[in-house]
Amino acid sequence: MPEISREQLLHVASLARLELRDGELERLGAQLNDILAAVSKVAELDLTDVPPTSHPLDVVNVWAEDEPHASLPVDEALANAPEREGSYFRVPAGSVGGEAADARPRVRPAGGPGAGGTSS
Amino acid sequence: MIDTLRLTAYEAARLLREKEISGAELWEAYRRAIDERDPELHCFLHVCDDPGGDGIPLAVKDVIGTKGIPTTAGSKMLEHYVPVYDATVIRRAQEGHGLRVLGKTNTDEFAMGSSTENSAYGPSRNPWDPTRVPGGSGGGSAAAVSAGLAPWALGSDTGGSIKQPSALCGNVGLRPTYGSVSRYGVVAFASSLDQVGPVAKNVRDCAFLYSVIAGRDPCDSTTVELPEQIRMPERVDLKGVRIGIPTEFTEHEAIEPGVRDAVHAAIERARELGAEVGECSLPLSLEYGLPCYYLIAPAEASSNLARYDGVRFGHRTASTGDRLEMYTRTRDEGFGDEPKRRILVGTYALSAGYYDAYYGQAQKVRTMLIREHAEAFERFDVLLSPTSPTVAFELGAKTADPIAMYLNDLLTIPSCMAGLPGLNVPCGLSEGLPVGLQLIGPQFSENRLFEVGYALEQAIGFDPVPERLR
Repeated sequence: MPEISREQLLHVASLARLELRDGELERLGAQLNDILAAVSKVAELDLTDVPPTSHPLDVVNVWAEDEPHASLPVDEALANAPEREGSYFRVPAGSVGGEAADARPRVRPAGGPGAGGTSS
Repeated sequence: MIDTLRLTAYEAARLLREKEISGAELWEAYRRAIDERDPELHCFLHVCDDPGGDGIPLAVKDVIGTKGIPTTAGSKMLEHYVPVYDATVIRRAQEGHGLRVLGKTNTDEFAMGSSTENSAYGPSRNPWDPTRVPGGSGGGSAAAVSAGLAPWALGSDTGGSIKQPSALCGNVGLRPTYGSVSRYGVVAFASSLDQVGPVAKNVRDCAFLYSVIAGRDPCDSTTVELPEQIRMPERVDLKGVRIGIPTEFTEHEAIEPGVRDAVHAAIERARELGAEVGECSLPLSLEYGLPCYYLIAPAEASSNLARYDGVRFGHRTASTGDRLEMYTRTRDEGFGDEPKRRILVGTYALSAGYYDAYYGQAQKVRTMLIREHAEAFERFDVLLSPTSPTVAFELGAKTADPIAMYLNDLLTIPSCMAGLPGLNVPCGLSEGLPVGLQLIGPQFSENRLFEVGYALEQAIGFDPVPERLR
């Protein structure tokens, strides 16, 4: 199991949108290597013909009727916003990771951290 | 005088029904107990005012969203977050039974941990010995119930966060079958594993609280209707019940002798009660369960925790810069070490070139764990083993070594991976600290777990009140 280099760690951190400061980089990097060495144990098993499990219940797709119902009022949806402008979430401008930032939506839907909340 | 150390929810309901006490008196008794003992134990992150009524108070782990009541998930990221809606489990508790939210209990940050020491707000302490941890992640809920600060509580369990703290604090905790309890409004950690469940002083209270929260919820499409109603257990014998003992789970070198002895004594009790006890084997579960879990759970966590970006809710950095800098600074400032470790492991395991070797392989191991358990249930109705390899350990003993901390969940993780229900029942003391056994059954076998747990509980006669508080 090869060690993760500093460059790889920085790459993974940038994928995860995590800024790691210098002390953190060393500490978490060493721990990450220990953890990956431990979990690499799964590679010992030959499971070529075994299907993967993504969900432990034997359920099929769940469909719901497309019925309109009331949603959160805008003020409540924005109640936890770090910054708002009118009925929008306000964010700093700027490019994101070298991508064409202007093509990305600046306004994101409201929600919460629960299973029902929209995720990034 | 209401003795909250001994009062069960069942008995509290009787006292209220027969008007021997009022709802306000009951609430006040718990508030007094919290004022007296919580400065030492730090079970609560937030204590509520009495919303009125005569429902039984309920402590709620702080990953469960409560409308108008702060919900931090033990993280600085959500320090000022106040949900604008209730989780389904809260709505059911309130609307169906008038239960009153007493307060929000401490947890490892985003439920990631086995001791509450990863909480951004400081650890909780074990009521049996405050120099020791209460377990985790739901240590606040388990310690609160054990110390008489709440009659019962809700927890959440991904790899052992209900069962393990219940074992270390000497109470009864159920991790329900995956899909039986709604996660709507609950802070998501690893969505193919997360379940909400009850923590109580005894099996009947636990069964009742489970019946309150379980069932299909249109807002969580992984939930299903329970195949049968939840019954209050009554049988005090175990005649005809086939109990399997997975030998690896009782003989592993990580298991302390005192834990092994207490569990073996409970197995003898089960025999005396008429159970047919036999041995079985779950070799892959013990050897590969932990590495499998510590790939799948971080992978899912890295995705779920992507939502904390400083845009819609939660912490946003004060530093000025462009949007990318806002994201990365916000996440660096808001997350503690354990979420960062898991985000990094998960992102790595899911990244191009590594996906098949790590995440894909772990998903196949998961299939093997499911098959291994299914085979055991061809011969047995329930499996019985220790819940935790050790009793409660000293604060600080494992914080420097994440892998030593992960080993606490060695015995609870395999059944979680298989989506199976598990019930912790206290079975004795070792060095003056509680030992718990776990009963594992097939999916939706909660009634059977409650029956077996109840019969053992009656036979063992464990006193759930910590000796130093009696």
